Amino acid sequence: MNKIYLDNNATTKVDPRVMDKMAPFFVEKYGNPNSLHGFGTETHPAMAEALNSLYAGINASDDSDILVTSCGTESNNTVLKGIFIDYILKGEKKHLITSQIEHPAIRNTCEFLESIGAEVTYLPVNDDGIVTPEILKKHLRRGETALVSIMWANNETGLINPVKDLALAAHEYGALFHTDAVQALGKIKVDVQDTDVDFLTFSGHKFHGPKGVGGLYIKEGLKLTPFFHGGEQMGRKRAGTVNVPLMVGMGYALDLAVKALDYENKEIRRLRDKLEDAIMSIKDTIVIGKRELRTPNTILVSFKGIEGEAFLWDLNWNGIAASTGSACSSEDLEADATFQAMHVDADLSHTGVRFSLSRFTTEEEIDRAIEVIKKTVERLRSISSTYR
Amino acid sequence: MGKNDLIGGSLWDHYSNKVADRMNNPRNLGEISEDEAKAMGARLIVADWGAESCGDAVRLYWAVDEKTEKIVKGSFKSFGCGTAIASSDMMVELCLGKTVEEAMKITNLDVEKALRDNPDEPAVPPQKMHCSVMAYDVIKQAVAIYKGTDKEALDDQEMVCECAQVTLSTIKEVIRINDLKTVEAITEYTKAGAFCKSCIKPGGHEEKKYYLVDILKETRAEIELEREKEEAEKFENKSFFQKSKMIQAFFDAEIRPMLQSDGGDIDIVDIIDKGDDLELQVRYQGACHGCASSTAGTLYFIEGKVHESLSDKIAVSIV
Repeated sequence: MNKIYLDNNATTKVDPRVMDKMAPFFVEKYGNPNSLHGFGTETHPAMAEALNSLYAGINASDDSDILVTSCGTESNNTVLKGIFIDYILKGEKKHLITSQIEHPAIRNTCEFLESIGAEVTYLPVNDDGIVTPEILKKHLRRGETALVSIMWANNETGLINPVKDLALAAHEYGALFHTDAVQALGKIKVDVQDTDVDFLTFSGHKFHGPKGVGGLYIKEGLKLTPFFHGGEQMGRKRAGTVNVPLMVGMGYALDLAVKALDYENKEIRRLRDKLEDAIMSIKDTIVIGKRELRTPNTILVSFKGIEGEAFLWDLNWNGIAASTGSACSSEDLEADATFQAMHVDADLSHTGVRFSLSRFTTEEEIDRAIEVIKKTVERLRSISSTYR
Repeated sequence: MGKNDLIGGSLWDHYSNKVADRMNNPRNLGEISEDEAKAMGARLIVADWGAESCGDAVRLYWAVDEKTEKIVKGSFKSFGCGTAIASSDMMVELCLGKTVEEAMKITNLDVEKALRDNPDEPAVPPQKMHCSVMAYDVIKQAVAIYKGTDKEALDDQEMVCECAQVTLSTIKEVIRINDLKTVEAITEYTKAGAFCKSCIKPGGHEEKKYYLVDILKETRAEIELEREKEEAEKFENKSFFQKSKMIQAFFDAEIRPMLQSDGGDIDIVDIIDKGDDLELQVRYQGACHGCASSTAGTLYFIEGKVHESLSDKIAVSIV
């Protein structure tokens, strides 16, 4: 039985072309890029090429910085803790704004900063699951809000926030704007000049690059206290020996992902819609968020009367990987945070199952997934004590 | 914490084959109708139970023979994860053939043990133990319905660790008896906190009414307070004035009535502070005065009582 991977918002497979591009830098061209000798300097052209791809991938100006970090979480921590040190610790501003639907990399970091003196507002979403500029403006405080951090696309629902307008609102009130674009980059167009963000986080393994590498865009002219202090790597803005193969891999992966954006928005969207239509044809199912407001690869669905983990169990026995943010499969029994923020009915909040596709997803896989999903719904509803 | 906690769980790898099997093919799934129960000469009990924390719900059906009170048929339906389904299925099986009273004694620990592939290996990973608790609660609910009472009436004790079925009073008692000072020690003695760990401190799987850290802190504080009180009550720790009053009160309550019953009596003439020691000067009255044994036997008896009840640093002398 061939396994089917529909959990691409968790991670993606490394594109074999990316793998080939990285390979020489593990064994042959292994020099430390900071060394003066040939072993070190021979890595530079590939690093420059990777940087070019990263800058081009988000349309960053040459005068801005893109730090290569170890992951999206490090990038997010760098921004939030950097702002804390640069503003809140100095007593200049004390207020941060984020949303109730952020990834734990933002949410938990904000909670930590709250525990050491920051004041944090967690914005609600509207009925569509979106953070609107109107909601943001109500909570911005001129002279007090140091930073607004709102994700570009939500990892569970795929819902896309109006980042351009949110950044504009933040700037109107003199606050800086950061977006965690981990779930957006490679799926939709991300342009940091058109959308005037100050900081932007991304992660290589979400667009068919390797794990363990991420990026942080810092708009030209902005200063941010480094997260890692140490040697003189990354223009002294992020110490730690640069992981050349992963950087090369992430650069090339982004290059390929940007080139595949058309495919993503046509073919992957078509397959996603096909799966979604089939799911919606099963009675008592709800897909969260309007289709046109979501990234083209994501469906978060609630099958009434079926607990999310039980659903994943059956899928897994049939070789299909999906995901649930709800209760039992995670360390936390609380209902899904996104569901809660969206005020989804409590009865449904433990029923969420997320399917996320990638450019490696095939039509045959979707056909088989549909078949298995239908059988699973039938079986688990026959067990269910709440489904009538 | 340590090496074993550093790589997140592949949760399902820790399920026993029995759990997987019962999740995939539950044996006791379904409903029992009124007519079906009646045909068996049995009374139908339908009990619902839900866990607020994780949203799981289970419905238990029992056909109970009215004469023998035995559960002659059982089945369930469940909205829950794999563990909830498998443990509900096993729970029903354990109830079959038992009387309602016997069934009430089945705990989630019995269910978990019955789901093990081998006796030494848990059937589910620690964080899934709470999913089996619901199966246990629904039995109590069924018993309550059968007996026409409230489930709360059957829950006679405050449960702190539902996974291991350890009550508040047990935990307090164990801390006191064994003078426990750490949560780890409580877990070692009672198994409370050994499974899903929610009851150890806030921030776990589910919110609890009681946490081991708080129970330990409070019980330790109680023990300390009692010790301090005990210490303060000691004769040695009193002021000279209080000591004098205690001696007088002790004589009035214990010594004088005894002597008076034989027609005698005794007065305290003086109490002399001699640093660590006290000299208690007394004078016999009535029949004791001039009694042959008053300077030997009676005196030793009085001094013995004083040493026993107050302090052995009090010397009694007759003036």
